[in-house]
Amino acid sequence: MSDTGIGARVKRKEDKRFITGKGRYTDDVRVDNQAYAAFVRSPHAHARVNGIDTSAAEGMEGVIAVLNGNQLTGDGIGNLICGWAVSSKDGSPMNMGPWSALATDRVRFVGDAVAVVIAESQALARIAAEAVEVDYEELPAVVQADKALADGAPQVHDNAPGNLIYDWEIGDAAATDAALEGAHHITEMKVVNQRLSPNPMEPRSAVAIFDTAEDHYTLYTTSQNPHLARLVLSAFYNVAPEHKLRVIAPDVGGGFGAKIYIYPEEITCLWASMKTGRSVKWTGDRAESFMTDMHGRDHITTARMGFDADGKITGFKVDTIANFGAYMSLFSSAVPTYLYATLLSGQYDIANIHCNVRAVYTNTVPVDAYRGAGRPEACFLIERMMETAAREMGTDPGELRRKNFIDTFPHETPVIMTYDAGDFSGNLDKAKAAADVAGFAQRRAEAESRGKLRGLGYSCYIEACGIAPSAAVGSLGAGVGLWESAEVRVNPVGTIEVLTGSHSHGQGHETTFAQIVAERFSQPIENVSIVHGDTDKVQFGMGTYGSRSGAVGMSAIVKAMDKVEAKVKKIAAHTLEASEDDIVIEGGVVKVAGTDREMGWHEVGLAAYTGHNLPDGMEPGLKEGAFYDPVNFTFPAGCYIAEVEIDPDTGDCKVVQFTAADDFGTIINPMIVEGQVHGGVAQGIGQAMLERVVYDDDGQLITGSYMDYQMPRAEDVPFLTIEHNTTVCPNNPLGIKGCGEAGAIGAPPAVINAITDAIGDNDIQMPATAQKIWRALKGRQTAMAAE
Amino acid sequence: MTDLTLTVNGKRVTRDVPGETLLSELLRETLRLTGTHVGCDTSQCGACAVHMDGKVVKACTMLAHQAAGTEITTIEGLANGELHPMQKAFNDNHGLQCGFCTPGMIMAGVDMVQRYKAEGKTLDEAAIRHELEGNLCRCTGYHNIVKSIQQAATEM
Repeated sequence: MSDTGIGARVKRKEDKRFITGKGRYTDDVRVDNQAYAAFVRSPHAHARVNGIDTSAAEGMEGVIAVLNGNQLTGDGIGNLICGWAVSSKDGSPMNMGPWSALATDRVRFVGDAVAVVIAESQALARIAAEAVEVDYEELPAVVQADKALADGAPQVHDNAPGNLIYDWEIGDAAATDAALEGAHHITEMKVVNQRLSPNPMEPRSAVAIFDTAEDHYTLYTTSQNPHLARLVLSAFYNVAPEHKLRVIAPDVGGGFGAKIYIYPEEITCLWASMKTGRSVKWTGDRAESFMTDMHGRDHITTARMGFDADGKITGFKVDTIANFGAYMSLFSSAVPTYLYATLLSGQYDIANIHCNVRAVYTNTVPVDAYRGAGRPEACFLIERMMETAAREMGTDPGELRRKNFIDTFPHETPVIMTYDAGDFSGNLDKAKAAADVAGFAQRRAEAESRGKLRGLGYSCYIEACGIAPSAAVGSLGAGVGLWESAEVRVNPVGTIEVLTGSHSHGQGHETTFAQIVAERFSQPIENVSIVHGDTDKVQFGMGTYGSRSGAVGMSAIVKAMDKVEAKVKKIAAHTLEASEDDIVIEGGVVKVAGTDREMGWHEVGLAAYTGHNLPDGMEPGLKEGAFYDPVNFTFPAGCYIAEVEIDPDTGDCKVVQFTAADDFGTIINPMIVEGQVHGGVAQGIGQAMLERVVYDDDGQLITGSYMDYQMPRAEDVPFLTIEHNTTVCPNNPLGIKGCGEAGAIGAPPAVINAITDAIGDNDIQMPATAQKIWRALKGRQTAMAAE
Repeated sequence: MTDLTLTVNGKRVTRDVPGETLLSELLRETLRLTGTHVGCDTSQCGACAVHMDGKVVKACTMLAHQAAGTEITTIEGLANGELHPMQKAFNDNHGLQCGFCTPGMIMAGVDMVQRYKAEGKTLDEAAIRHELEGNLCRCTGYHNIVKSIQQAATEM
């Protein structure tokens, strides 16, 4: 291993601009002739819009224009769409309600935009937006997913009777029922996976520039996938044809899923730029983030898991209601189906699984993929069931899991996944050793002597990353292919630029991607630069989400490097008068193996571009591109063990120890991979103990700021212990599985299992706040007193 | 509009800005020092942290005119020819991912180390975590931010 190659802890190349304040985020962009947008948003969860009076606002200082939804749709701007078609079990298509970037006749959640003010400054735009008078006729609202399905519930969309978007199933219902019928033990649970707000620290922002001379648009935006944004803006929203629209996602301050989607604000700014002939900028404040960034999770699930007398799982039956909010967001339909139900086998050999999912509309912010997307919900359910079953059956929770682990690969689950590689028992062993599970009883006793309750909880997670292959996801309803592209350019002086369709918004691609290139071509890592995030520079790409940039994005780079290497060897063989098969790239040069005949890497680059002496028929230049379409998902897996301590007088709970043993396949940069686990686990601890989006029954958003929505802070998380137990992914060239979401998937059940272990009460829903824990302990004391 | 004079990163500046201008707006929009970020509207996230007369303040929660006559240091003014030990520590320890909270974290980190040193107190892990109460990060889980500040505390 070189000190900058695969496996090296290379410090990040991109850090310098961030630590010196020279990062360039979308809100840092300001162009000539800059105007500013402020949106007029519905204060009601559900209302008819009978009219909009903009006259007062139009006359105010600095106001350039006040635009509404009728003008927008009148100009042919299309409705927002969900890009993954999921049909109900009876074959009927999903019921997608219309969603205009600016609502015309009805608003369906607090924050739904009805008009936009364009003015000379942000302050003037906001002041004028307050003066836009909207005549709302309030309608009854529905907030909770189960209530949306009840008879007589308010109807969110006319074309979705009973608020039902689809009623979908996977697996064999009859066989699963039969397996449960004959079970020796059945564990039954109702589990709520609460609604979360992703909260990247950088609020969403857009700067739209319309060039009247060229009929050309440029959009700077906070996107995880600028090419997808351009595709959707062009093909579905009719903003501009692709060759007349450049999308740039510069430095982006975190995404976590919330910046995958193409939002009403981006569409509106582009259109308003054309309408006004001004560059239009919008930057959301945090209140707008809570009100309009797509939320995550929000499942209500009941499940039954059957075991035989030996503790082997015989069947798993799951019924889930998924809250989609007021509109179907871009990937929403895939989350509780192909990213959730297909992972319900967990790490376990289960012959019979059936899952039914009903997706429903409510008068809340739309829900879509948030770090983990479906897989945290699946993992939380399974791992709570396993821990509960172990407690009910009086067996060790780790060993009950081990007894059911899948241990031969490939393994086909009854919910259409084929796991390719893993070592689940090894993960468990490594985690148990690192967490010193053997010493837990002593730690618990010591905590008790201090008046504290200590608990330990396991979670054995598996996830599916790098969603693919394109033909398979296409057959399941995906509207796009899920490949990645790359171009590797060797310059005449030998420096290398890699253009990637992946997007880095914290993941460190400018370092890790450079590592694989520097190693492959034996070049200094300083001589490799990674270009991403601009549709004018990179031809196409699918962006970064679902932990796909390593497994899919880097694989595309490898494929392009294969082509470059082949050409380099041909040039060197020709120049050095040797056979191509004898040429090797090592020690910074291209040489004939075992001889002192060599060319500098830069000499090969120069030869390629001068074209003075190339093999017959060879084109000049040294630049190759590739598209990589994976053959399967990848399956990162691991074992997490949490230990908590609770103050029984206050319910105050601290995660005092957290151990992760992950199998991510090949690791390019352990420093960066561990950073991903740190962040993911903190988000998982946040979900388990702190975070929840709350609406009141009328659909008013209660958690609209950081004073109400509790983000994990430095005191809420401990230092983590991280182990790696690597099995190589057999299906991509580097053997990578992915690491971006594991922490957020694996941590919540480990923490809740530890809390319920500590307090001896299994009935607690997330977030397990101090108040909930205190109440559970009080209830237990009351019950004990009564006995 | 009213004239406002203050010193920013060692340079004396005078600007004519409206009374309602926030210090963060003055820095970002008037002086175009965009390293100071705004991540919330309730003074919770700390992405806007700068130093005023050597003490950390949240620039989104102050009027620009309140800073009249003071010396402001932003993230752009921290490095003095070479990186400040806190900046270097964040790079050494992978204390940042997306970079958005980073300027605030670094400014808060410098302030906390200086304060503890001046008061002769030990800045241990628990103290660092407590002191970071006013700075939110969504990427790092704080693990490497705490490590970064620990390292810088030994070097400053």
